[in-house]
Amino acid sequence: MLSALLVMAALAIVLGAVLGFAAIKFHVEGNPLVDKIDAILPQTQCGQCSFPGCKPYATAIAAGEADINRCPPGGVEGIQKLADLLGVDFKPFGGDTAAPKPKSVAIIDESTCIGCTLCIQACPVDAIVGAAKQMHTIIAAECTGCELCVAPCPVDCISMQVIEEKISNWKWKYPVYSLVTAQ
Amino acid sequence: MRTLYHFHGGVHPPSNKTQSTRLAIAPAPLPSRLIVPLHQHAGETAKPVVQAGDHVLKGQLIGMPDGFVSSAVHAPTSGTIAAIDMQLIAHPSGLPNLCATLIPDGKDEWIELEPVKNYRDHSTTELQHLLRMAGVVGLGGAAFPSDIKLRLGKQKIKTLILNGAECEPYITCDDMLMRERAAEIVQGAEILRFMLDADEVLYGVEDNKPEAIAALQQAITASGSALQQSKRHEVVAIPTIYPGGSAKQLIRVLTGLEVPSGKLPTDIGVQCFNVATAYTVHRALAHGEPLLSRIVTVAGNVREARNYEALIGTPIDELVALSEALPDTNGYIMGGPMMGFALPGMSGPGPAVHVPMVKATNCIIVSSEKLFPPPPPAMPCIRCTRCVEVCPADLQPQDLFWFAQSKEFGRAQTFSLFDCIECGACSYVCPSHIPLVQYYRFAKSEIRAREHDKQLADQARDRHEFHEQRIEREKREKAEKLAAKEKAAQAAKLAAQPLTAEQQAELANLATSREHIRELAQSAVEHTTENTGAN
Ligand code: SF4
Ligand code: SF4
Ligand code: SF4
Ligand code: SF4
Repeated sequence: MLSALLVMAALAIVLGAVLGFAAIKFHVEGNPLVDKIDAILPQTQCGQCSFPGCKPYATAIAAGEADINRCPPGGVEGIQKLADLLGVDFKPFGGDTAAPKPKSVAIIDESTCIGCTLCIQACPVDAIVGAAKQMHTIIAAECTGCELCVAPCPVDCISMQVIEEKISNWKWKYPVYSLVTAQ
Repeated sequence: MRTLYHFHGGVHPPSNKTQSTRLAIAPAPLPSRLIVPLHQHAGETAKPVVQAGDHVLKGQLIGMPDGFVSSAVHAPTSGTIAAIDMQLIAHPSGLPNLCATLIPDGKDEWIELEPVKNYRDHSTTELQHLLRMAGVVGLGGAAFPSDIKLRLGKQKIKTLILNGAECEPYITCDDMLMRERAAEIVQGAEILRFMLDADEVLYGVEDNKPEAIAALQQAITASGSALQQSKRHEVVAIPTIYPGGSAKQLIRVLTGLEVPSGKLPTDIGVQCFNVATAYTVHRALAHGEPLLSRIVTVAGNVREARNYEALIGTPIDELVALSEALPDTNGYIMGGPMMGFALPGMSGPGPAVHVPMVKATNCIIVSSEKLFPPPPPAMPCIRCTRCVEVCPADLQPQDLFWFAQSKEFGRAQTFSLFDCIECGACSYVCPSHIPLVQYYRFAKSEIRAREHDKQLADQARDRHEFHEQRIEREKREKAEKLAAKEKAAQAAKLAAQPLTAEQQAELANLATSREHIRELAQSAVEHTTENTGAN
């Protein structure tokens, strides 16, 4: 009886030490839930969710302060993924969020650009290059299509262009064919 | 006698090969124009280096390889570049891509060729570069740049496999090439063996091609002295079963080795090249000829099925006209009936959109309703597992179908969707006529697109974080600069201020007291000298 107690006590001490050590050794910086949510968000950084970027929205979701259906670029699939992660029910887009749009990139009309640098300051991912009084241009591969640079331009030379289907981004379609159901 | 191994499954569709092997390979006449796509290979599109209006010679570079996985593109004959623009190409999407259109001048005038006298004097890296600039890509169908496959990794390559299996119905271009040009294939194979430093070369040919097997064997014997340095070239007749010509399956049959999921053959010490690729490697090095033409089978609903040696860029309708499509033609398939796809913009007989043939075009099947009746309507999966029995990749096609249909991509991936070689054996036997492969292709491209989006999102996250840090830093630096500026300004202000009356009085006081001290000191000195003088 006593030996059993001793064994159990020793075991508890050893395991406790292991757990304590693991907690220190494998300590994760930051809030893992926020990071998990942030990993699902599309990182467009557009602010359409009414938060100043994806991370703040992720933080708000994790804190239970925001709904999961506020990110238009993430689409319905994004909501589904958030619902799966958080173990909550799927929710369609709310009335106050914009409808998802096809993915686009911004294009600067280089002949109109006056080099005011306002768009550079607006771009959340530094996808615009240019210097004061010089023509500006957008690195299409890095543009997330957030549209934040469109409004600040004083000469309206930035427009959004939908990314068109090319051989390089073409996808096989979902099969369509006639089906007979078994009698 | 070599022991052969089996792979799981496989099917025996009617081969339909004899129709196109009755006649020898015929050179296709110069077409009215050539449309040469700049993206004919796996990897990056070649960069055009000529302009509309330029006169080019046969073999002149018109597309420069651009990026690590890329290959060169050349003018297939001499003539004038009419345009460099988007043209419809042979791609299942039916979308256009960048092409150079060449109007031949009829002279077929070559650039100066620079053959490699003895490839053994060159390093593998040099030879790789030559092959890249000669536009040599795999001619078995995937058109993967050959120079990349010849890069040596850590793993020693023991076996080089020359793929002459040609397991798909209708296609006979490799068969005819082996029958007619075996010697050059063997020489090309020896170049590849030399570059890879492989111990043995195995030619895997299905046993329904006895003439090709005999021709290869004879070529090896005949070139005995030239191949002295070669360790071993051996032709192996393998059983005829579809898809025995697929790389992983062929490796399994010849060596008994299994290429693990997600690995390359080179990881287990094997490399595989198509026989036609070996032929092209030989032409590229020994003759300095870039890849300008290939053998294409034209078969199906035609008066005379045959193999042609045609220039890359030949409009497919002009090629098919040589074999005369029959009046009830309703379409054209590039590749075989199992893995090929219907060409866009080409349906009835006679002239249609000029979709050009490319380096990957091994066969054009002219179809008709009689040859390929439309599939009966599909029915729900009855879980008969016939697809499982025939799957050469040992997968569970009915489960993959289920996951792809319900877009459960994660589960499809855990069921090894990416090990599926899209051979179509499962669709071929499915009693419910479900277009299974279409589902797998759909699922694969959705998964790839998602992975790409994920990469972009990660990149955007990093850039955004960097952006925030930069803004933060700039703010701090600005604040620091401002503080430093203020301090400096204060000091300067202090120095420039005029003196008040009090301060002036103080300063004057200081001056008078200094004067006074000096006088006192002076008198003391004088005093001392007086005293000394008196002594
Ligand atoms: S709405 Fe825009 S900022 Fe908000 S989470 Fe979605 S992509 Fe990010
Ligand atoms: S360039 Fe414009 S649209 Fe693109 S990421 Fe920057 S601010 Fe957004
Ligand atoms: S062969 Fe067709 S019906 Fe049978 S299990 Fe496979 S998918 Fe289902
Ligand atoms: S297409 Fe894919 S799943 Fe179907 S038999 Fe071939 S390898 Fe197996």
